[in-house]
Amino acid sequence: MLKENPRVRYSGETMKALDRKIWRDLWRMKGQVFAITLVVISGAATYIMFITTMHSLESTRSRFYRDYNFADVFIHLKRAPENIKEKIKDIPGVKHVETRVMAGVKLDIAGFNEPVTAHILSIPDDGNPLINKLYIRRGRLADPTKDNEVVVNENFAQAHQMNIGDQFAAVINGKWKKLTVTGVALSPEYVLIMRPFAMSPDFKRYGILWMSRKALSRAYNMEGAFNNVVLTLYHGFNENDILRQLDNIVDRYGGFGAYPRSQQLSHRLLDEEFNMLRTSSKIFPGIFIFVAAFLLNVVMSRTINTQREQIAALKAFGYDNFTIGSHYIKLIILVMTAGMILGIAAGIWLGNILGGIYMEVYRFPALNYIVQPWVIVSVIIISIASALGGTLHSLWKSVREQPAETMRPEPPAKYQITILEKIGVGRLLSQPSRIIMRNMERKPIRTFLSILGIAVACATMISSGFFEDSVNFMVNIQFVRSQKEDMAVAFNNPTSYKAVYGLKSLDGVRQAETFRTVPVRLRHGRKNYKTVINGVEEGSQLHPLLDTNLREVRLPREGIVINDYLANMLGIKTGDKITVETLEGAKTIRDVPVAGLVKMYLGVMAYMDLKALNRLMKEGDAISGVYLTADSLVHDDLYRKFVDMPAVAGTIVRRNEIRNFYEVQARGILFFTFIATIMACSIAIGVVYNNARIALAERSRELGSLRVLGYTRGEISYILLGELAIIALLAIPLGFFIGKALCNYIAVALQSELFRVPMVITDTTYSLAASVVLISATISGLIVRNKLDHLDLVEVLKTRE
Amino acid sequence: MNDTGNGKIVFHVENLTKTYHMGEVDVHALRGASLELMEGELIVLLGPSGSGKSTLLNILGGLDTATSGYVAYRGRELTRATEKDLTDYRRYHVGFVFQFYNLIPSLTARENVAVVTEIARAPMKPEEALALVGLTERLDHFPSQLSGGEQQRVAIARAISKNPQVLLCDEPTGALDSQTGMVVLEALERVNTQLGTATAIITHNVDIAAMADRVIHLSNGRISEVTSNAQRKSPREIQW
Repeated sequence: MLKENPRVRYSGETMKALDRKIWRDLWRMKGQVFAITLVVISGAATYIMFITTMHSLESTRSRFYRDYNFADVFIHLKRAPENIKEKIKDIPGVKHVETRVMAGVKLDIAGFNEPVTAHILSIPDDGNPLINKLYIRRGRLADPTKDNEVVVNENFAQAHQMNIGDQFAAVINGKWKKLTVTGVALSPEYVLIMRPFAMSPDFKRYGILWMSRKALSRAYNMEGAFNNVVLTLYHGFNENDILRQLDNIVDRYGGFGAYPRSQQLSHRLLDEEFNMLRTSSKIFPGIFIFVAAFLLNVVMSRTINTQREQIAALKAFGYDNFTIGSHYIKLIILVMTAGMILGIAAGIWLGNILGGIYMEVYRFPALNYIVQPWVIVSVIIISIASALGGTLHSLWKSVREQPAETMRPEPPAKYQITILEKIGVGRLLSQPSRIIMRNMERKPIRTFLSILGIAVACATMISSGFFEDSVNFMVNIQFVRSQKEDMAVAFNNPTSYKAVYGLKSLDGVRQAETFRTVPVRLRHGRKNYKTVINGVEEGSQLHPLLDTNLREVRLPREGIVINDYLANMLGIKTGDKITVETLEGAKTIRDVPVAGLVKMYLGVMAYMDLKALNRLMKEGDAISGVYLTADSLVHDDLYRKFVDMPAVAGTIVRRNEIRNFYEVQARGILFFTFIATIMACSIAIGVVYNNARIALAERSRELGSLRVLGYTRGEISYILLGELAIIALLAIPLGFFIGKALCNYIAVALQSELFRVPMVITDTTYSLAASVVLISATISGLIVRNKLDHLDLVEVLKTRE
Repeated sequence: MNDTGNGKIVFHVENLTKTYHMGEVDVHALRGASLELMEGELIVLLGPSGSGKSTLLNILGGLDTATSGYVAYRGRELTRATEKDLTDYRRYHVGFVFQFYNLIPSLTARENVAVVTEIARAPMKPEEALALVGLTERLDHFPSQLSGGEQQRVAIARAISKNPQVLLCDEPTGALDSQTGMVVLEALERVNTQLGTATAIITHNVDIAAMADRVIHLSNGRISEVTSNAQRKSPREIQW
């Protein structure tokens, strides 16, 4: 028997005898209590971390929106006279209107030899905007009397280490101009800054600039006119009505379609992030609560079982069931307490770290980190309720039995011939192997729960690897297989196809293919969605489309091809007709047959043959830009040339997009993987170690007897560790299965218009998950093996079962 | 039938002491015990609780080590044996029977014996050993399906199945009623006479001493008296 001496001493006067027993029991079970505590810490910490980060970001966002008057409605148009503003203001439900001038510009930043683009927005000459006010982190607003001052967004300033007074060049409406930074700002409109239709934020190559209205209007010949409007609304008015009326007013000025806040890019991206946090805050803590309840169940049923005679004696002395029941409830609560306290503290600490990671990408004036009291209360209630839930059966058993019954020694445990032996495998088994088999079969529920517990650890590990796997897969499909160009050159305005010859003739250019991008609203039945149609050259080499099975498909000459997610959203299938309403140029509304579906993991878009799209637009051979491949040696020269070409709006370099995608994702993924790995290890060790300790406690007498009969340490270890090894090995395939199901759930829960997480789990992830389980099992096994080596053989013989 | 003066010496014990450190007090379980056990001999160790019987038996069985003194098994010194030597010693030479049987609950009677025969050199068949204790009919029963006496006889079958040179029994009838106890003692006697296994039985039941060749009385960690029975009684003749 293992000797476990209670070394804790308490002064007898202050504590009741039964309470002193609790502390000694806790000390005796310290190893197991520690394992349970680890799991409870992980559960409470992840829950607090995800929930508080979500609450904090949500509250920070709504405070920023409120204080800086974030717009409710947005619309971009070609050009409208300023007096239209009054008409817009007269739409019932409109609170404030602000007209703006907005333009895309190319930047030329000294020491940074890659294409950089920006959007430049006007700010009123009399100061900060009324809607989408700027939070000035450093410096001041641009001086309306100067035409060379700008305020830049904070991410961009940091990415280029810009200071107040620094200068850089921009090509504004075709004219090269030197600009001076007067301020660094944040805007509720640009909490997350992403170039439209980009795959991820790129703070180095895309920025937002703010310039005084007067200077910007002059540069774009927009004096007395505007091309962008933002509105705020009163509550209680139908938003769709307002959008329609707004569209009607600006339609003749080349409106691109009004959209509400819910479709605004920065806002939508934040919503997606909150959705992800909400999903995580359900899944991972749920796993831990299950595991903690299971561990407590095993430990408490064992403890109560060994204390049967003590319970009987207490009853014989006149303790009632309630007192005995609450004695064990106190013990359970105490076991949970340390885990909860440390877990809550760790959760707040991790929540601050995670909030900090978010704040590097999502820019708010300051993170308003909040921990709502109900979150703490819910952690405590959920933890204790699940702990009691897991132990209720043993508790009930302990108080129900008659004292006389419990004082009698328990008869030898009942065993039977296992199924494996019945089918004839038994003859191959040695006696120790039989002991293993029969033990596992004797307590099928516990065996199954042990396997399940370890499987869950394995599954947690898989879900952490899944994020990296799916991102890699997404990047491969999106950036490698369906975008083979080195760079995409976009023009300011639709341009004649002939422009491609000029680009093709540049030194080092190998291939050039044209494309046309048209903003549209797609309608099917009552559903509609605003996106773009990408017109691609027939037989495109550089921009192949992948069907839903990820095979390359040819774009049909007629009809439209849409991605599967959009088809699902609009409830449309191949062969149906879809209404295409173009939002640029001569506005047309036409029904176009859906010729096929394609797979895309990022964004929601439609494709057409370039010529078919030109016909739809009733225009000639217009193009929006050119995809190029070129010698890597001339890339830098090409960027320079494109900066100087007035017709070129900007250049996107594919290699940069991939690198940037990883840079932005990396920290988040790394943090998440780290947390998930720690959690998986704590579950794996918690479950395996607890199993091993319980098995050791229950069977030390049996194993000691075998030692007395001449079995070596190795031979008796085989019986105990063999069982644990079988459980761990069975848990791995089950863990793979659960892990896959979990990832599937995550993938479905997180899918949105912005991205769909592909269901991809690599062999590396599977083997890493299996390794974590095996290593945890081995460590636990070694600890138990060490205890087995110190079995007190004499003690074994003195006691009875 | 076995004269103490004849035969080979199985155990030679000289001036054996054992001190346990129990927290702040030292317990002297043995204070210099000396004795010899001969081949084929059956001895009974008698004495009140705490007299050192179990400690002596545990040291003889290689379960415990002495604080000082000398113990040799067939000329090999146990007091200097390593952990591995002691395991081998228990594995190949000693048979144990305990008060609480110490059977493996997940194995049947036959398999509980097989646990030992599988690792021993030249053992009997498990069925053979169980026949010796009269359990031919109960081979495939689990401990939970056997009475106390039957469980103890399985334990004896397990102890003798390896054909051990010595059989060490610590209160083998302690948990049994007298009728069942008698059946168990008969089984022990049969093993001793038929196989010639040197046997040491611990008991606090004075009547059982009548079945021994010699009776070793222990008190307070010392051997206080050694008596020889001119004629061993069969367990059937013993009443308690």
